Amino acid sequence: MTKDLWSLSGVVVVAVVTFLLGYVGSRRANSTPDFLVARRAVPSTRNAAAISGEYLSAASFLGVAGLVLKDGIDALWYPIGFTAGYLALMLFVAAPLRRSGAYTLPDFAEARLGSTGLRHVCTFFVVCIGVLYLVPQLQSAGLTLNTITGLPAWLGGAVVTVIVVVNVLGGGMRAITLVQAFQYWGKLFAIAAPTFVLFVVFLGGPSNGAQAIDDNGLLRFHEDITFTTGDPVRIRVSEPIMLDVRGVVDGTPTDGPVLWNKGVYTLGAETVLGVQAGSAVPVVDGVPTTNEGWLKPQRSGLSGLFETYSLIFATFLGTMGLPHVLVRFYTNPDGTAARRTALHVLYLLGLFYIFPTVLGVISRQFLPQLLVTGKTDAAVLMLPNTMLPNLGGQILGAIVAAGAFAAFLSTSSGLVVSVAGVVSTDILPGKVRDFRWATVLTGAVAIGLALLLPRGDASLTVAMSFALAASTFCPMLVLGIWWRGLTWVGAVYGLVVGGGLVIIAQGITVASSYTGHWAPSVASQPALITVPIAFITMIVVSKGTRRRRPEDVNQILLRLHAPDPLGFIQDRDVARFGSVEEKARLDLKHRGTGGPRP
Amino acid sequence: MTRNDVGSGPPGQPDQPQPGERDPWLEVSGRKQRRRRVVLADSKGRSKVTRTIVELEEQTSVGEKLVRDLINQQLRTAFLLGGSTLLFLCLLPALFLWVPAISEVQVVGVRLPWIILALLPFPLFYCIGFWFRRTAERHERDFVSMVDR
Repeated sequence: MTKDLWSLSGVVVVAVVTFLLGYVGSRRANSTPDFLVARRAVPSTRNAAAISGEYLSAASFLGVAGLVLKDGIDALWYPIGFTAGYLALMLFVAAPLRRSGAYTLPDFAEARLGSTGLRHVCTFFVVCIGVLYLVPQLQSAGLTLNTITGLPAWLGGAVVTVIVVVNVLGGGMRAITLVQAFQYWGKLFAIAAPTFVLFVVFLGGPSNGAQAIDDNGLLRFHEDITFTTGDPVRIRVSEPIMLDVRGVVDGTPTDGPVLWNKGVYTLGAETVLGVQAGSAVPVVDGVPTTNEGWLKPQRSGLSGLFETYSLIFATFLGTMGLPHVLVRFYTNPDGTAARRTALHVLYLLGLFYIFPTVLGVISRQFLPQLLVTGKTDAAVLMLPNTMLPNLGGQILGAIVAAGAFAAFLSTSSGLVVSVAGVVSTDILPGKVRDFRWATVLTGAVAIGLALLLPRGDASLTVAMSFALAASTFCPMLVLGIWWRGLTWVGAVYGLVVGGGLVIIAQGITVASSYTGHWAPSVASQPALITVPIAFITMIVVSKGTRRRRPEDVNQILLRLHAPDPLGFIQDRDVARFGSVEEKARLDLKHRGTGGPRP
Repeated sequence: MTRNDVGSGPPGQPDQPQPGERDPWLEVSGRKQRRRRVVLADSKGRSKVTRTIVELEEQTSVGEKLVRDLINQQLRTAFLLGGSTLLFLCLLPALFLWVPAISEVQVVGVRLPWIILALLPFPLFYCIGFWFRRTAERHERDFVSMVDR
């Protein structure tokens, strides 16, 4: 119970600070540009912290360590890809996107290609990606809160939704900027402090990890332990072991000591397993069984190589298509600041991703039972209490719990703002009141879906949103920014073909996961194929519809690329929603005849 | 900002002190300060930049060529840096697959691929980003100074 109290108070502290910062941030927010893009006045260091805070979701805070624990070195491609995505964003998109003066991704599409039809297609995909990303956040928030404090699972998602929606109602983008920036530093502390302490414990411990992991090629339990599976799971046993089982194995109820030979077993939900020290750890099917397979890269041959390449592709190109990331770049004062923001993000993310890797490696030594239950995402949360069963461990555990909660809050608030911004300006008239309604609507739909849908693998849906973003918005942005020949017809075809292929591939993956895993790995990680197809479609169709090119394409490209001091930026949110005075100022600035320069 | 605050005269012109504003005992120093500020601040940039902006916007052949060159220059830099990063990343798994001996090398007790993948990429990305920022901003400065001569 004390452990629950510590963790619960960590979560409460994060929630209260989030509310306070949101209140401080939204005191003077009253216009649509405030809510959509924080009046484009966020300094680049703070914006970078906010972007990193938003981007480091639970998939990074909890998931990366879990993947390292499970898959070993090949999991390191996730943090690499997540970070490299910002490099690509900086190189190809950041500054021109800001200079376009758009306030949402669909607005950029319309500003560049001059078609409301295209704008609606973009709106559809923004909402798709946003919800795809948001629902697993809320689901795993519930699960995490359940793990650390014992509260019911639906409550976690509901709490996150309420906090986020209330904050966003108050000030939209203005409110969450400060919150997300704070949450980045909070998360960095919450993962760095335990890592330093536990790493010292790990090195100074009696069984120094390095040798034990190499023990006879297989990972072994270091002490007698009893644990319970959550969901049904298929495990692979690679050396005969004796154990106590109470539950359902391969469909037959079992109770008492059994001998498992080499092979694959299916365990039912809530099966209790008791194992002795020294026996080899059975692992979830599909995960490296030997220490060598865990330790050495690229053990699964050519198909593994393809998967790695596809992952690199999806993350490298997908980040620049994520609407909730892009909308934060619109809050920069100008294009140069957007570029500097992206550079700063590279440094903040690199700093963060060192720590989950270390925790994942350590947890292989101390939490081998997670490899049996498959719930490797819990590794970061469980590690402090397992390694330090005293007050210190409890406090560290509370810090980690608070960090995980901050991860859910910051990512969800960014997603809610971006989806609400698109819904309020494209479906509703776009006044502040509409933004508030859209926020409530988004929150309600997301929490409804999170409670109704079966809990999928969070990393799978996140991977899918990256693939979807890489195959839809990435080609549209890159071609739109750099190529005069893009037409709205080409963009629509590219979006539909690229997005459609990814959705079909995911449908195949889900279907095959229920009917015996027959789908090739292309289906679960399709970016390597769908991204080039989307690019080619856009180029070919645009060439065929040459006459649909916007007439003022040269002026538009000039505006996207002209250096900021020349004053070409026209903020479209001010033009559409600003007060008379703001419009007059914009007009003067644009004509270059007077008025202050930014 | 300062222009709007003071702004009684036409753009680009020194502000004439209004008769009522003059304070006899501040006359000498006050006038000096004003003259200095006006000469340096306002007359230089605006009118020329304005003319260039008009030229660029109307897409005269010179203006269009300048913009095209800038875009191509930026795109070339981005492609070069982005392409080599992607190539480097894609070479790593292939290297690990076909030269397994790398996995046997240990540096201070940690195997080399772990160091390569867990530590190396992040500073590398930052350096590439830093380089790009400098290059891109230099291109933009060159462009501004070219149209602003």
